[in-house]
Amino acid sequence: MIRDITLGQYYPGGSWVHRLDARVKIIATLLFIIELFIVDNFIGFAVAAAALAAVIAVSRVPLSYIVRGLKPIILILCFTFALNMFMIDGTILWQWGFLKITREGLRKAVFMAIRLVLLLIGSSMLTLCTRPLSLTDGIERLLSPLKRIGVPAHEIAMMMTIALRFIPTLLEETDKIMKAQQARGADFETGNLLQRAKSLVPILVPLFVSAFRIAQDLAMAMEARCYRGGENRTRMHELRLVGKDYLAIAMMIGFLALMIAESVLL
Amino acid sequence: MENENIIIIDQLSFSYQREEEEQKKKAVDQVSLSFRKGSFTAILGKNGSGKSTLAKQLNGLLLPSEGVVYVGGFDTREEEHVWDVRQTAGMVFQNPDNQLVSAIVEDDVAFGPENLGIDPEEIRRRVDKSLEAVNMGQFRKKPPHLLSGGQKQRIAIAGVVAMKPQCIIFDEPTAMLDPKGRQEIMSIIRELHEEGITVILITHFMEEAAEAERVIVMNEGKVLLDGSPSQVFSQRQLLQSVNLDIPLAVELAGKLREKGIPVPENIISTEEMVEYLCQYK
Repeated sequence: MIRDITLGQYYPGGSWVHRLDARVKIIATLLFIIELFIVDNFIGFAVAAAALAAVIAVSRVPLSYIVRGLKPIILILCFTFALNMFMIDGTILWQWGFLKITREGLRKAVFMAIRLVLLLIGSSMLTLCTRPLSLTDGIERLLSPLKRIGVPAHEIAMMMTIALRFIPTLLEETDKIMKAQQARGADFETGNLLQRAKSLVPILVPLFVSAFRIAQDLAMAMEARCYRGGENRTRMHELRLVGKDYLAIAMMIGFLALMIAESVLL
Repeated sequence: MENENIIIIDQLSFSYQREEEEQKKKAVDQVSLSFRKGSFTAILGKNGSGKSTLAKQLNGLLLPSEGVVYVGGFDTREEEHVWDVRQTAGMVFQNPDNQLVSAIVEDDVAFGPENLGIDPEEIRRRVDKSLEAVNMGQFRKKPPHLLSGGQKQRIAIAGVVAMKPQCIIFDEPTAMLDPKGRQEIMSIIRELHEEGITVILITHFMEEAAEAERVIVMNEGKVLLDGSPSQVFSQRQLLQSVNLDIPLAVELAGKLREKGIPVPENIISTEEMVEYLCQYK
């Protein structure tokens, strides 16, 4: 189940999108998300979808791979759709008891669904095309101006790096604990939802214990390798903006202008 | 400067703080040792003998309760020199999983040099060189969790080598590995020693200790034996009294000697024994 989630996964490749500076991609994604919430008509969404499609085409990430990432949110999508459709007052199109569908509700529901899908695909494009470490690096660099007001930019990035590194280790650990308990007769597969949730408690306790042990070991290993926070630290891969990054920034600004113009004029 | 000591331990005692216990048990008790530059020393001992505690004293991860530890001329208790100490004496730990920081092999190797504030191009050079040194060059873009235990431990060694320490302390680096992984790590340790790095190997495998130039046996926080492998392994009774097994070849040599076959004292490894027996007439 965990393997199905493509959100947050990296799809190795060497395309133009992959090679862009992580900072540019993070900002582009944020702008794209903001734009999705500015837009309120079909033409706007069509433009956004076309732009996203262009990015996907250039990145050479298979569409099926991206769509698979949408699976986990289908439920949320249906729920939001239904909620919007039934809850908004306006011109009534269809009514049955207390359930009613209004023209405004339907419009809102469709827009919200499109918005969510584009939002999810857009943000997963960021993680699909950016090496996790470049991503954390980019976040650190983008947050570093906030260091002056006390935002621990380096520490946040370091925590994300370590989290990414230890997800597989902790999954392995969970697997080991589950197998050890199954070997002694624990049952994780039968019973109703509540019973199954209860049977997970004995897994969580040893998992926490081992997570703390790992953290302690890692802290010691990091100290032994002279880790002393972000001060005076250099990086092997330095982020540097080059020609294609400036081109991407220009395209981004163009897109932003187009979206604003479109929502003002129409 | 061949005989210069890189690490000097003077009257070191250390006890862990435990509030519930009235009398503190000393993990390391009045130990004085020194390690020559470029030497290869194995520290042996069973669990709880104080050997790992001693190792953590050698790069300032733990500080002495009493006594002094000098690493490369720096007193480990002086806070301003703690990073000099750790750069002089690198450390490889037991669990290969819990000492890798990054999700990509080469970024992990770069972690130490990055902490030292070295130039990006120089880091690149060091990373490539260290990965070559442990024969892991072709894995540099891989995530560590897809590698075997021995491979992960080699990455951990590369990460320490990239910091260019004069001395590397290996704290039971092979304890969690399979036999093949153990051999890989031991051959890398031998190569590092040949390149002039001071090696201190904490282990409980006799066969590994036999490869060192000097063997120190720890028991209950004290140094029980200190000498060349053949000197140490000739103390069969003493070793067995602290529950340490002696290498098979040494045990066999002892029994052969009892039967009147003059096996030389310097035979400690299985290969040497085979060699000797084949030529024995």
